[in-house]
Amino acid sequence: MSEYRIQGATGEWEVVIGLEVHAQVTSKAKLFSGAATAFGAEPNSQVSLIDAAMPGMLPVPNRECIRQAVRTGMAIDAEINKWSRFDRKNYFYADLPQGYQISQLYHPLVGEGRLEIQLDDKDPENTKTIGIERIHVEQDAGKLMHDQHPTMSYVDLNRSGVALMEIVSRPDMRSPAEAGAYVRKLRTILRYVGSCDGNMEEGSMRADVNVSVRRPGEPFGTRTETKNVNSVRFVMATIEHEANRQVDLIESGGKVVQETRLFDPDTGTTRSMRSKEDAHDYRYFPDPDLLPLVLEDAFLDECRASLPELPDAKRHRYENGLGLSAYNAGILTAEVETARWFEELLVQTAKAQGKDDADVAKQAANWLTSELFGALNKVGKGLDDSPVSPAAGAELLALIGDGTISGSIAKQVLEKMLETGDGAAAIVEREGLKQESDTGAIEAAIDAVMAANADKVEEYRGGKDKLFGFFVGQTMKAMQGKANPQVVNELLKTKLG
Amino acid sequence: MSDNANDVTELGVAAIRDGVAKGDFSAREVAEAFNANVAAAGELNAFIVATPDMALEAAGRVDADRAAGKALGKMAGVPIGMKDLFATNGVQTTAASHILEGFSPQYESTVSQKLWDAGAGMLGKLNLDQFAMGSSNETSYFGNVISPWRRNDGGNAPLAPGGSSGGSSSAVAARLCPAATGTDTGGSIRQPAAFTGITGIKPTYGRCSRWGIVAFASSLDQAGPMARDVRDCAIMLEAMAGFDPKDATSLDMPVPEWEAGLTADMKGKKVGIPREYRMDGMDADVAKSWEDGIAWLRDAGAEIVDISLPHTKYALPAYYIIAPAEASSNLARYDGVRYGLRDLPEGAGLQDMYAATRAAGFGAEVKRRILIGTYVLSAGFYDAYYTQAQKVRTLISHDFKNAFTECDVILAPTTPSASFALGEKSGDPLEMYLNDVFSVPASLAGLPAMSVPAGLNREGLPLGLQIIGNAFDEQGVLNAGLALEQRAGFTAKPEKWW
Repeated sequence: MSEYRIQGATGEWEVVIGLEVHAQVTSKAKLFSGAATAFGAEPNSQVSLIDAAMPGMLPVPNRECIRQAVRTGMAIDAEINKWSRFDRKNYFYADLPQGYQISQLYHPLVGEGRLEIQLDDKDPENTKTIGIERIHVEQDAGKLMHDQHPTMSYVDLNRSGVALMEIVSRPDMRSPAEAGAYVRKLRTILRYVGSCDGNMEEGSMRADVNVSVRRPGEPFGTRTETKNVNSVRFVMATIEHEANRQVDLIESGGKVVQETRLFDPDTGTTRSMRSKEDAHDYRYFPDPDLLPLVLEDAFLDECRASLPELPDAKRHRYENGLGLSAYNAGILTAEVETARWFEELLVQTAKAQGKDDADVAKQAANWLTSELFGALNKVGKGLDDSPVSPAAGAELLALIGDGTISGSIAKQVLEKMLETGDGAAAIVEREGLKQESDTGAIEAAIDAVMAANADKVEEYRGGKDKLFGFFVGQTMKAMQGKANPQVVNELLKTKLG
Repeated sequence: MSDNANDVTELGVAAIRDGVAKGDFSAREVAEAFNANVAAAGELNAFIVATPDMALEAAGRVDADRAAGKALGKMAGVPIGMKDLFATNGVQTTAASHILEGFSPQYESTVSQKLWDAGAGMLGKLNLDQFAMGSSNETSYFGNVISPWRRNDGGNAPLAPGGSSGGSSSAVAARLCPAATGTDTGGSIRQPAAFTGITGIKPTYGRCSRWGIVAFASSLDQAGPMARDVRDCAIMLEAMAGFDPKDATSLDMPVPEWEAGLTADMKGKKVGIPREYRMDGMDADVAKSWEDGIAWLRDAGAEIVDISLPHTKYALPAYYIIAPAEASSNLARYDGVRYGLRDLPEGAGLQDMYAATRAAGFGAEVKRRILIGTYVLSAGFYDAYYTQAQKVRTLISHDFKNAFTECDVILAPTTPSASFALGEKSGDPLEMYLNDVFSVPASLAGLPAMSVPAGLNREGLPLGLQIIGNAFDEQGVLNAGLALEQRAGFTAKPEKWW
């Protein structure tokens, strides 16, 4: 990837980007209370006495939330702090019942880690390591609703107290594309680990985007922070806009001020929310309701043992162990569900054909990425609601493998499978799609084709080799596509001489 | 019947429990007698809300259980007063503030629930300093609590019952209840107990769950019993204490049988006398009672040793940084949004609502501490105040740790003086804060400490002696307290004028 530069009136500018990603921890209960966390519930139906900050209520850390954050830290190869502590971040707002957010400023749960992004889909070797400074856990706030009453705002506390991981990157990214790749990769890892569903539309993952510009090689410029950006596309748009705005500002003699900004998805621009001068004094101090969080080795061991194979490791195994192309390995590992589906397909396919995984991996991978994805797409479905199960796919692949049907017939069979939900063998049987390998029938068809195209036979024999494909096509047509292509080829070569 | 009723209000927890168990009187008779005393003591202003029906209901259950031959709880048949800092289901819980006036929780604090489960009944919610901030019970939105004690000068000046558990101390001393709950953040059980001639113990931090207690300073707040004597405190503390998974700072340890372990024999025990507590210009009567205490414990078989707690003089300033800092954050939830007072001026926005609600809802002392706390946590001052104060706190804990290598318990006065007249110190917060000088160090270190009546001063007012113990050693504290109690022979009680 060529270096990303902004061409200003006075020369080139480099963009420096750091991201703070807030990821909602997958957990049935909130960080410090037993209330439920399901998305989309009736307002204020998932609020405990603690979440509403009733007098005398106390927070008790939810072990599962801590476990998920630790597992996430392990998945980004980070230092896990066996001693961490919760701090209070004090400010008043109607969606913050306690008047403070319980967070971790001074001693976060997870320390320095890293994550590798691919800069080029086609070239897996072209990677960059992005540093991650820390992950800390904290409470989410509630939500204000301004459209329920002409003069008042309503408060929904369902989200109040839900556990978030704040994943803070180093300012290591230098282009919108790198930032996009970082967020996608992080999302993939979180979903593999199962610590966050990564659903950006529902707000399960959102990013604060820190952007500054500088002349290449010079020290960092002053940064702005754009809050709560909730899609990969918007993250990239925010950077694009913010970097250009800063360059224009500096080049026209202005100065970038450190401030908090908001991204407006309708216009693709950012605007100032508050400057450093109006910034809150959060008066952080250790939460006296909570003891320091001390993690024991057994707990850490369990966290580590429960980690799945992570996307990078899986991709390498697909390439090196299963012999898949870098491209296929990339596609199949990008989403944990895809990888899971593929691995099930692989097991079933190997079983159905009595072969090793590695012997059928390419067949399975190619069929999944070039046949099934396309076919599902046509009917507006995805793997998650696919009418074809991995076992059904394996049955179809077995029919191709043993020569019962050809690849092109297999496409028809797949369409029928998606339509009816029936099995491949049943469809082939019912529709009479079995491949013809009987040389007698094929020979008869070839003879008829040659007789009907005597002039072309002449031309072919006169040296026009390209016509061979024509004869194959005509023969297959006569056989209604059911002839074994290999047999057709061989017989044609003999007969045409 | 009326003679009988008068008799039972002179009884303490153990005597009532045993009398009910034996059938000397019914729990209902006890509840009725105390209900009558509560109803007749309006002048003391010890209760914010009386709940006579709840006392009778609880008594009825105990009587029925006894009649059915069921096992009775540790506090069976004992009606008590509940400091209005404890959330009580369906009963107004105010922390003596306007901002929570009319607030009726839908939950019961862990400690009060344990007491009900042990067979106690509730006579009412006791007045206190607003949000437990005060040493004289003059900061309550519901008016001052008056001590039942009066000086022997015939002046009849209304005296402070101490604070913040001033309703508790006044009510127990005036025989409105045999015992009451208190909470102690920097001395709020011990100081009022000393002022009113009763006994109170603050256990080790974490012994009693803080769940459902309106928070003042979370790292210091501890509930404890206030009662007529040491045995009663032991019984009631057993009922109150215990691990609570709903409080992350709760001690996960079994509750010892303190009552059964009581002994006044101090043979083989060492009692430390901290030299730093002997201050210049110390009240002569206080100094004398301390000397008496030393002699009594020596008489009980203890060896008296001099000890040093070198950082004592920094304790009070550190306390008045840490406690307000935590309070400023703990009280942020009273914002007019979800419960309690809401003052929403016409056309006001969110910020105006906060300002108006909190201006109207908090008293002057609460506001002072919120301001102090906000200041010491703010950018640029945090390290100079809060961080320094935490270091002092650590040093004070080390002082005690070192001291307890040389002694088993520490003996000191509870307060620098006896009770004072209402209004005498309320104009000068610093002088008021000095009341806590002997009680605050044990609070900062999270140690168990108790006040036991030692005698009367020349004005005829009670003085208390304080026993401080090592962490988890409530038994040692109670035993030393019992040794003092037996030798002090404190039988004085306020003459009824209300």
